[in-house]
Amino acid sequence: MSADIFEYAPAPESRAIVKLNSEYGLFINGKWVSPQSKKKFSSINPATEEVLAKVSQGNQADVDKAVKAARAAYNKVWSKTKPKERAKYLFRIARLLQERAREFAVLESLDNGKPIRETRDVDVPLSAAHFFYHAGWADKLEYAGYGDNPKPYGVVAQIIPWNFPLLMLAWKVAPALATGNTVVLKPAETTPLTALLFAEICQQAELPAGVVNIVTGDGATGAALVNHGDIDKVAFTGSTEVGKAIATSIADRGIPATLELGGKGANIVFDDAPIDEAVEGIINGIFFNQGHVCCAGSRLLLQESIVDDFLTKLQSRMAKIRVGDPLDKNTDLGAINSAAQLSKIKELSESGTKEGANIWSAPCSLPAKGFWYPPTIFTGVTQAHRIAREEIFGPVLSVLTFRTPQEAMEKANNTPYGLSAGIWTEKGSKILWAAQQLKAGVIWANTFNKFDPASPFGGYKESGWGREGGRHGLAAYIKGAK
Amino acid sequence: MSELGNKLIDGSESSLRAFLDNLPGVDKVGAEGRAAMLGTRSIKTTSKARAIDLAISMVDLTTLEGADTPGKVRSLCAKALRPDPSDLKVPHVGAICVYNDMVKVARDYLDSIGGQSIPVAAVSTAFPSGRASMEVKLRDTQDAIESGASEIDMVIDRGAFLSGKFGSVFDEIREIKALCGEKAHLKVILETGELATYDNVRKASYLAMLAGADFIKTSTGKVSPAATPPVVLVMLEAVRDFFALTGKKIGVKPAGGIRTTKDAIKQLVLVNETTGPEWLTPKLFRIGASALLNDLLMQRMKLSNGRYSSANYVTVD
Repeated sequence: MSADIFEYAPAPESRAIVKLNSEYGLFINGKWVSPQSKKKFSSINPATEEVLAKVSQGNQADVDKAVKAARAAYNKVWSKTKPKERAKYLFRIARLLQERAREFAVLESLDNGKPIRETRDVDVPLSAAHFFYHAGWADKLEYAGYGDNPKPYGVVAQIIPWNFPLLMLAWKVAPALATGNTVVLKPAETTPLTALLFAEICQQAELPAGVVNIVTGDGATGAALVNHGDIDKVAFTGSTEVGKAIATSIADRGIPATLELGGKGANIVFDDAPIDEAVEGIINGIFFNQGHVCCAGSRLLLQESIVDDFLTKLQSRMAKIRVGDPLDKNTDLGAINSAAQLSKIKELSESGTKEGANIWSAPCSLPAKGFWYPPTIFTGVTQAHRIAREEIFGPVLSVLTFRTPQEAMEKANNTPYGLSAGIWTEKGSKILWAAQQLKAGVIWANTFNKFDPASPFGGYKESGWGREGGRHGLAAYIKGAK
Repeated sequence: MSELGNKLIDGSESSLRAFLDNLPGVDKVGAEGRAAMLGTRSIKTTSKARAIDLAISMVDLTTLEGADTPGKVRSLCAKALRPDPSDLKVPHVGAICVYNDMVKVARDYLDSIGGQSIPVAAVSTAFPSGRASMEVKLRDTQDAIESGASEIDMVIDRGAFLSGKFGSVFDEIREIKALCGEKAHLKVILETGELATYDNVRKASYLAMLAGADFIKTSTGKVSPAATPPVVLVMLEAVRDFFALTGKKIGVKPAGGIRTTKDAIKQLVLVNETTGPEWLTPKLFRIGASALLNDLLMQRMKLSNGRYSSANYVTVD
């Protein structure tokens, strides 16, 4: 039988469910307002370069207005709202997210470029789960281990990245509201649309005006927010470069911050690993969400005795990755989020070739329009290569080898980052030993990229400060908690 | 021992054990996750139409009941040849699968109605339990072949496998294979529901392939769970890796519990994305089923005329 006997016909999810406005204002004090800057910018679909909507550029004055609204809401309403009433709002938001799940999934795919399979099965259900989880905490905070009268900070400035726009919003907003803070949120410049749809959810849930304010814009908007004189706390997820700038800016103001930054996670495969599942785990570790994942397993550390067999299996599996239309339900790898990110991926990949590593990309045809990069691995990578040290944040895997378990640990830890790591072995004692050696905030054993609201997430070293999720994540929003 | 097996093991119990115990383990969570992910593939329109016809051509149409009669077997044979009497473009099924004593009935009737190209498979070696002496198992198989079976679906001795007597299981398969020779195709039923773990499924798959199986088959259909997607995934991986090791393509036959078109298409997706499309042929993939065929036919009608028909528009058997 010929190879095309079972080509999958296109199975696109309908985008009719999403009703986009042509232009959006800022969401301040429960209302849509025009930006003082009078400036708008386009949010595009990275898979087609089609303009989806015009979005407002918030400036200093807009940020000031949003912070004032959040302050007033905190003083007059939210700090006086009983914890069990706060919980009701969170439950309501969680249920609304579930009711409108398809709408959010399609819009997230359109604006971000990630496959509908992931937005439908991961981003949106996990976002709802974060609200459900934190709704449960709202009236039980005195049992969280932070004293018998835990207090919120007040007004929290939150800045989120473009890789999981709605999910990162949920990670930030849900614990902030549960603990009694009010929020000014700045979504990423290239992916603001699901945050704006979330503003509608806040209205639908009848959340008191000013408790959540959403100000769109670029890096300047984010800087205006962080540097505002009346915020009590900063929460940021994004690049280590911007994270360092934020740390500098708040250093002499005594404002606490949680920072979730970059990573260069090592996925370590020992010779006694469950090989087929390890191959799947490596694929999931680096090609999930086009590799736009701070905790991606972007370095594969392979025990030398299994290198050839493992790479053969990995490459034949990579050849089966389905790259293309993010709205097709059978797509595994979608579009790169922006032209800027694509050129960064290309630049780092070129450095890999120049520095002597061997590049291999899965054979696949890429769409003519939009931003695309094929699933790629580099073999023959050493610790001294840039692609072994710098975060590529794309579907590019660097393969290194090791001879002994001790060497694997040394190489895995030899990075300025420390966010995630993966251990693959059937031997339980080796898992426990390795987990003690690895300097990473999240360690997965015989799996990868598994998330749950009850599980704290965060990094060592340049990967950030603080934790998000679980009991530990609450500390970020409770005054004096550590 | 098979010529291929010869290169990997020397035939002794210890070499067999060394080989099987050295296979990488299967992580349960990971294998089930992969199978579940492939279950989300969306197969629509033209690809669904192709998949349905392909699945029909892979069905081993089966009746394995104490109440089987020649009349029942003949009517099943007629259905095997022309699954949908109102549409002759529907392909015939992969094979008819019956108990030993019904083989001659099926073969004669198929020959008399123009179904010479449809093989008759016999379940053998004291199916379904496999609890009989080797002498009886050989005689059982011999009888099926003499009656006209060109495919033998043998069961392994799960008791021997679970008590670690790999050599004994291996020798039984080898002897049955020698008896089949060129006359019959050998499918080895692992009864994965009784092997319990995916590690055992992988070991038993290799054991059967090393001993000379042409096909490895999940289940008798008498034990539940049977052909679950993760079990079939693990068997397909074994077949894929055995091909890389030896250059020989072994077939896979899930049987038991596959009742709907959706179930069948999920199986085809597993094949497509594990061994690759070369295995998407009745020569290398069969589905053991009875109720499945009618669901495939009803879905086929729905695709061609746009509406669902009642069950009375397909034949009962």
